[in-house]
Amino acid sequence: MTSASTTAVKKTAKKSRRLDAQMIPTIAAVVIFILMLVMGQALFGTYTRLGFFSSLFIDHAYLIILAVAMTLPVLTGGINLSVGAIVAITAVVGVKMTMAGIPAPIAMIVMILIGMAFGLLAGVLIEEFNMQPFIATLATMFLARGIASIISTDSLVLPEDNNFDWVSAEIKIIDNPKISNDLSFNMGVVIAVLVVIFGYILLHKTRTGRTIYAIGGSRSSAELMGLPVKRTQYLIYFISTTLAAVASIVYTANIGSAKNTVGTGWELDAVAAVVIGGTIVTGGFGYVLGSVVGALVRSIIDPLTSDFGVPAEWTTIVVGLMILVFVVLQRVVSAVGKKE
Amino acid sequence: MTQNEPIVVMKGITIEFPGVKALDGVDLRLYPGEVHALMGENGAGKSTMIKALTGVYKIDAGSITVEGKPQTFNGTGDAQNAGIATVYQEVNLCTNLSIGENVMLGHEVRGPLGINWKKTHQEARKYLDQMGLGHLDPHAPLNSISIAMQQLVAIARAMVIDAKVLILDEPTSSLDANEVQDLFAIMRKVRDSGVAILFVSHFLDQIYEITDRLTILRNGQFIKEVMTKDTPRNELISMMIGKSAEELSQIGAKKERRAIGADEKPIVSVKGLGRKGSIQPTDLDIYAGEVVGFAGLLGSGRTELGRLLYGADKPETGTYKLNGNQVSINDPHTALKHRIAYSTENRRDEGIIGDLTVRENILIALQAIRGMFKPIPKKEADEIVDKYMKELNVRPADPNKLIKNLSGGNQQKVLIARWLATHPELLILDEPTRGIDIGAKAEIQQAVLDLAEQGMGVVFISSELEEVVRLSDNIEVLKDRRKIAELENDATVSQETIVDTIASNNAGKEA
Repeated sequence: MTSASTTAVKKTAKKSRRLDAQMIPTIAAVVIFILMLVMGQALFGTYTRLGFFSSLFIDHAYLIILAVAMTLPVLTGGINLSVGAIVAITAVVGVKMTMAGIPAPIAMIVMILIGMAFGLLAGVLIEEFNMQPFIATLATMFLARGIASIISTDSLVLPEDNNFDWVSAEIKIIDNPKISNDLSFNMGVVIAVLVVIFGYILLHKTRTGRTIYAIGGSRSSAELMGLPVKRTQYLIYFISTTLAAVASIVYTANIGSAKNTVGTGWELDAVAAVVIGGTIVTGGFGYVLGSVVGALVRSIIDPLTSDFGVPAEWTTIVVGLMILVFVVLQRVVSAVGKKE
Repeated sequence: MTQNEPIVVMKGITIEFPGVKALDGVDLRLYPGEVHALMGENGAGKSTMIKALTGVYKIDAGSITVEGKPQTFNGTGDAQNAGIATVYQEVNLCTNLSIGENVMLGHEVRGPLGINWKKTHQEARKYLDQMGLGHLDPHAPLNSISIAMQQLVAIARAMVIDAKVLILDEPTSSLDANEVQDLFAIMRKVRDSGVAILFVSHFLDQIYEITDRLTILRNGQFIKEVMTKDTPRNELISMMIGKSAEELSQIGAKKERRAIGADEKPIVSVKGLGRKGSIQPTDLDIYAGEVVGFAGLLGSGRTELGRLLYGADKPETGTYKLNGNQVSINDPHTALKHRIAYSTENRRDEGIIGDLTVRENILIALQAIRGMFKPIPKKEADEIVDKYMKELNVRPADPNKLIKNLSGGNQQKVLIARWLATHPELLILDEPTRGIDIGAKAEIQQAVLDLAEQGMGVVFISSELEEVVRLSDNIEVLKDRRKIAELENDATVSQETIVDTIASNNAGKEA
């Protein structure tokens, strides 16, 4: 009896240690996020204000959505390079339609439909024409960006009292008398939270989610196990690209304008968030919640560097260094994991 | 043993690939509660037949009936739905997921809130228990258990889909003796529950131990279906290779070590050669014209020692003398320059370059030694390729065929040709006969003896003690990453000697 319980204890100990090893990059992201907050607070004193958090989430809700959108393909070892360009084309189309007097809800639906269409196209290219996701979504990226530029190269501004307002209108929870210290959110944040919940349920509570992890582990194994690999691949790029359109709605509503160049390089910001959040780029390991933390880390770099008086151009280098650190961290973790 | 109806009847199966008829009217019947082996040399059509039954390939002619119902498979999913489960040679599970997740993948227990993980893991445990794998923690990652265990987990997975037919495609090729017995125990359990098992293995001992019925294929043709117990081995072998048993030359009845002359110097003499975590410091002399066998279990360090001699792993300790001169062999390129060649045990990943032709595969090492800017003249290249393809009897005899389309045995011959083209003094062959058919095996064994005869030093690493004993002059016995004995092969040395040596040595345990 005693020996049995000892082995049981041993087993649990082993299990939790392994779990830790897999989650180290994600935990590290959380730790780094907190460290950045502490550092910001110590030096500038504004980083624990409610207002700071409110604007962090409101301003970066779109990035959280994009991070979720990117997590799905990256988990399978793929990538969706088109998300930034999808933001551009849907934003341009959406704002143009609203300017033409078309009601915002219809414009939004059209934006979503465009995302869906591009997602489907990527799926067809990848599965029917056997293209690498990198190449397929590079093609759809150029296509989407190109169409956006054909439609307009002007800065398009949403007309007054458009119905995009309901997404961006701030809702105050704590109306603080002190300046810029209200706790508030908007529908964009709510949408982002819903997207995160959706991503979590999809990945951890459905067979489709398990298939995504299985493809990331080994696509040929997944196929031989009789899992619906092809259908799942279609679904991944469909959902991912559609979420990019959702991100576009949230961002456009916040900014109130659109341009064909919006979202340039955002696919890489999303990849950065995903990688920082602990998802392994070759697929198979990672968490949606990690990507959310990754997006927050990515978001906080901007105010930090500007408070430090570092020129904005340097942000890129900071992001680059962080990715480097995280990838190295992942290597170390997987090397340790292999030794066990 | 069974008079009942077969579960699966495959009749007149024909599959054509561009230019080749891989299968030509082959029949196969699988009975419930029986283990059935598909026998034949590589290239006989065994894997094609299996792929027809698992829905990977579409059949061009013939019929497949499962439990009396005609079936057309358009993919692995269809075959699984018909109750046909497969465990492949390379474990086809996902190492990034847990054991339980792998068992249940695609069959997770779902509740109103999506997958119910608690119940899913309970289910997984139930199936693992059924297979006698109750000691495995379903939450543990798959890569925390050995390949052998993973294979057993793959069988547990087959039970989840309630398979009526279980196909095991060379499941034993990477297992050691104990693991094979574990596998057989589970196979018997599954068989006794009324499942039909289709088993493929190159090990005749295993075939005779576990199977009830055999179907023999040769060159894509159906030869015969027989009961295992009524078929003597030599009859089986001659059916497989289409030659009478007498024609099968028994290679080197049993070798005995020739006397080493007092003035003979070893080609290679190492002292204390070792590397942490790979092999403890080892002394070893290899003479010209000698076959030195490395014997030991999987993980004993036999491959590691071979790799160290070749510099594939960098030695950390010891001295290395080549023909009396001190050298340091720290990488394969240096080794090749010193005319030492190593043929890997991992033929597919470290050996062949699948998308290059046979010719390119043969020439690549020689080219590497000479340097990329000194192309081998076409005439010389032709001669080399032609010579070794003939000597080693590479089939098909077309140097421009992509090597990935050759059978395992012929790929192995090409690899040996590659190293011979570099004119090595010492040739290290790591598992050159693993997973290849009997005919090619005999040819490779003969080649090893011929090379030594011509004065080459050969290191022969194999998990099959029988061939080590038969071919070697000198046998190095390894255990737990340490050389534990050196046996001069003579009439008193047999497989049992080696097994006893390994079994009686416990010194390595504490080290």
